Amino acid sequence: MLATQIGYYSLILGLLLSIVLCSVSMKDLNSRGKQINQNVISLSFLQLVFVIVSFLCLILSFINSDFSNETVYNNSHTTKPLFYKISGTWGNHEGSLLLWLLVLTLFIFLFLIKSREQPKKYRIITLLFQQLIIIGFFLFVLMTSNPFNYLFPLPTEGLGLNPILQDPALAIHPPILYLGYVGTSIIFSSSLSAVTQNYVTKEWGQHIKKWVLVSWIFLTIGIMLGSIWAYYELGWGGFWFWDPVENVSLMPWLTLTALLHCILVLERRAALTSWVVILSITTFTLSMCGTFLVRSGILNSVHTFANDPARGIFILIFLFILVILSLGIFFLFHKESDKKTNNFFWLSRETSILINNWFMMYFLSVVLIGTVYPIFLDVISNEKISVGPPFYQKLIVPFLIPFLLFMSLGPRLKWIKSKIENKKSLIIYFLISVMLTFFIIKNLTTDLLFYTVLVSAAFFLFFTTLKELFIRKFNNVSQTMAHFGFSLLILSILFNSILSSEIITNIRVGEKYSYSKGEIFFKKIKERKESNFNSIIAYFEIKDENGKIIELKPEIRVYNQPIIITSEADIKTTLLEDKFLVMNLVKGNEYFNIRYQIKPFMIWIWISVILLSIGGLISLFEKRYEK
Amino acid sequence: MYGKKVKLRFLFLVLVLTSLILTTYLILQSLKDNVVYFQSPSEIKSLTEINKKKIRIGGMVKVQSVFINSTEVNFIITDFKNEINVLYSGAVPNLFTEGKGVVAEGFLKDKNYFLATKILAKHDENYMPPEVKEAIGDK
Repeated sequence: MLATQIGYYSLILGLLLSIVLCSVSMKDLNSRGKQINQNVISLSFLQLVFVIVSFLCLILSFINSDFSNETVYNNSHTTKPLFYKISGTWGNHEGSLLLWLLVLTLFIFLFLIKSREQPKKYRIITLLFQQLIIIGFFLFVLMTSNPFNYLFPLPTEGLGLNPILQDPALAIHPPILYLGYVGTSIIFSSSLSAVTQNYVTKEWGQHIKKWVLVSWIFLTIGIMLGSIWAYYELGWGGFWFWDPVENVSLMPWLTLTALLHCILVLERRAALTSWVVILSITTFTLSMCGTFLVRSGILNSVHTFANDPARGIFILIFLFILVILSLGIFFLFHKESDKKTNNFFWLSRETSILINNWFMMYFLSVVLIGTVYPIFLDVISNEKISVGPPFYQKLIVPFLIPFLLFMSLGPRLKWIKSKIENKKSLIIYFLISVMLTFFIIKNLTTDLLFYTVLVSAAFFLFFTTLKELFIRKFNNVSQTMAHFGFSLLILSILFNSILSSEIITNIRVGEKYSYSKGEIFFKKIKERKESNFNSIIAYFEIKDENGKIIELKPEIRVYNQPIIITSEADIKTTLLEDKFLVMNLVKGNEYFNIRYQIKPFMIWIWISVILLSIGGLISLFEKRYEK
Repeated sequence: MYGKKVKLRFLFLVLVLTSLILTTYLILQSLKDNVVYFQSPSEIKSLTEINKKKIRIGGMVKVQSVFINSTEVNFIITDFKNEINVLYSGAVPNLFTEGKGVVAEGFLKDKNYFLATKILAKHDENYMPPEVKEAIGDK
C-alpha cells in the first residue's frame, strides 16, 4: 500500500521537476561561465532518483504481491517464482512504460556528466529537448497508464503473468532492448540541439558516435534475446518470423546501423551533415512508431498488453508533435556546412559508406512497407491481409549479394580518393570462396546458381575479414570484427535454412515412427507438479541414420493462473546442429502432435550476433583518430 | 555551362530518384504476389469461383469436429453461419482446441474443403485474432 503511494507521488515529483529543470536550464542558457550550472545536473540526478524510487516501489509491490495495486493484480500471482515476480514488473504495459521513463532520465543524466567538453549551450538545449520527451512520457504514464492505480475491494489473488513470458531470456529482453530503443532519444535530442547551434561538425560526430554505438549495441543484443526466446519458446523452430512486432525493432536497428556508418564520414570529413541529422530523427521516430504500433493494439502479439485506444491516440499525437517540431527545426536552422570539404572521388570510402546507406534504406523500406501496408489497407478498405516471410525473403535475399560484396571491398578504400589495392589477393580469395561454395552446396539445393553466388559472396566477406583480423595486426579491429560477425551471421542463416529438416507427425505413447533417416520412439509420459503449473513430460528416443540414440524430453505445461497451455521444446545443442523436439496435445485425443527438427549451425547465429556487438563494443572503447 | 558541383549534384539526384522508383516498383510488384488475404467461412461460401491463391481462414474450431490420426488433423472451422472442412497435416499450436478461435493458412480445394499448410499459434486463452472476432460477429 505504502509502496504504491510513494511510487505514485515520486512520479508526480519527477514530472514537476521536469518543469523546474527546464526553467533553471533556460536561465542558465544565457548566463556566463563555460560549464553548466551544477544545479542543473543535480536536478537531473534528482529526477532520475525519483523515477528509480517509483520503479523500485513497483518492483516491491510485485515482490510482495500487493494486489491493491491494479498493475500487480493484473500481472502477478502469489505462486509465481520470485524471479518472475520481479521480471513481471516490466512484463506489462504500465511497468514497461515506467522502464521507458527510467531509461530516458538515466540517459540524459549520463549525457550531462559525460559531455563536459562540449559547448554549454548545446548541452542545455539537448537537455531541453530530452525533457520535452520526458514530460510527454510522464504525462502518458500518469494520464493513461498509471502503474499505481488502487483496487478496491482488495482481491485475494492476482490474475498472473502470461506463462510464455515467464522465461529467463524474456525477463532481460525488455530492459536491454529498451536501453537501445530509448537510447536513440539522446541521439534525437542532441542532433536537434546541434542543428540549432550549428554544431553538426567533426567534434560533434566524435562525441555523438559513442551514444549511437551504445544504443546500437543494446538494440542488437536486445533483438537477439527476443529472437532466442522465440526460437525455443514459440515452438516453431525458427528464430525470425517477420512478424510486425519483430519488424518494428528491426527498423530502428537498420537506421541506427546506417547512422553508425555515416557518422564515420562526419567525424572524419565533416560531410553528410544533413543526412546524419535526418537519420537521427528517423531512428527515434521509428522507435516511437514501434511503441505506438505495439502498445496501441493495432498489431496483435504477445507485446500487446491491453487494447486501449486512448493510449494509441496519445502516442500518435505526441509522435506528430515531435516529428513536426524536429522537421521544423531542421528546415529553419540547418545550414549546409562549408562546401569545400564535400568533394570526394567516386572510388572512395565515402562512396562505399553511401552505398551501405543505400542498402540500409532499401531494407528499411521493404520492412516498413511490409509492416505498414496491411494496417493501411485495413483502415482504407477493411480488407484483411497479411504479408508473409516470402515477401521479405524475395526482396531482401537477392540484394544481400551486392551488399556483401560491397561490404568486403568498401572498408579497403581510402578516404577522398582511392584505388583498389591487392587486386590479386582479392581475386584469389574470391575464387577460393566460389569453389568452396560450389563443392559444399553442389548436392544440397535445387537453385544451385543463386545459392552459389549468394554463399560465395558471404564466404568472400568471411575470408577477407578473417584475413584482416590476423594479418593487419588488428588494425581497425572493431569494423573488421563487426563485418566478420555479419558474414558469419549470413553464412549460418543460409546454411541453417538450406540444411534444416523436419518431421511432423501425430503419435501415441509407445509408438514408433520411422522415416528415411531414422526413427522416433515415444517411450512414456510422466507428470510433474510445480507451484504454478502441472506438466506432462514426454520421453522420446530418437535414432539418427548412424544408429546413434539421443533422448529428448519435451514438455507440455498447464499453468494454473492464468490457465494457459504451453509447450516447452527440448533442444540438444551442439556446435554443428540443434536437435529440436516439441509436442502438442489436442484436448480429448490420445495422439500427440510432434515436430522434430534438425537445425544446423543454430548456435552460430547467436555467436555471430554477439561478435557483431563485440565489434561495436571495441569501437566504443578504442582510441582511434589521434589528432 | 554548369559547374562540376552542379553536375555532380544532378547525377546524385538522378541516382537517388531512379533507385527510389525501382525500389517502389519492386516492392509493389512483390507485394502483389505475396499478400495473403483473410476470409471467413461465410465469405468463402459466397465466392463465385475458387481462387488458386493462398488464403487464411479464421473462425472457431467446431465442437466435436476434430479428428486425428497418425498423419492428419482434420476439423471444421465455423463462424456460426457457415462452416468449412479443414484438412491438415502438420504441427498444431498449443492452444488449438475445440471451441476456440483458430486461423488456418492454405489453399481452397473447393467451397467445402480447405487444404491447410499452417495453423497459426495463439498465446492466450482469451486472445482472439481481431479478424476472427469480426468474422464471428457479436457471438
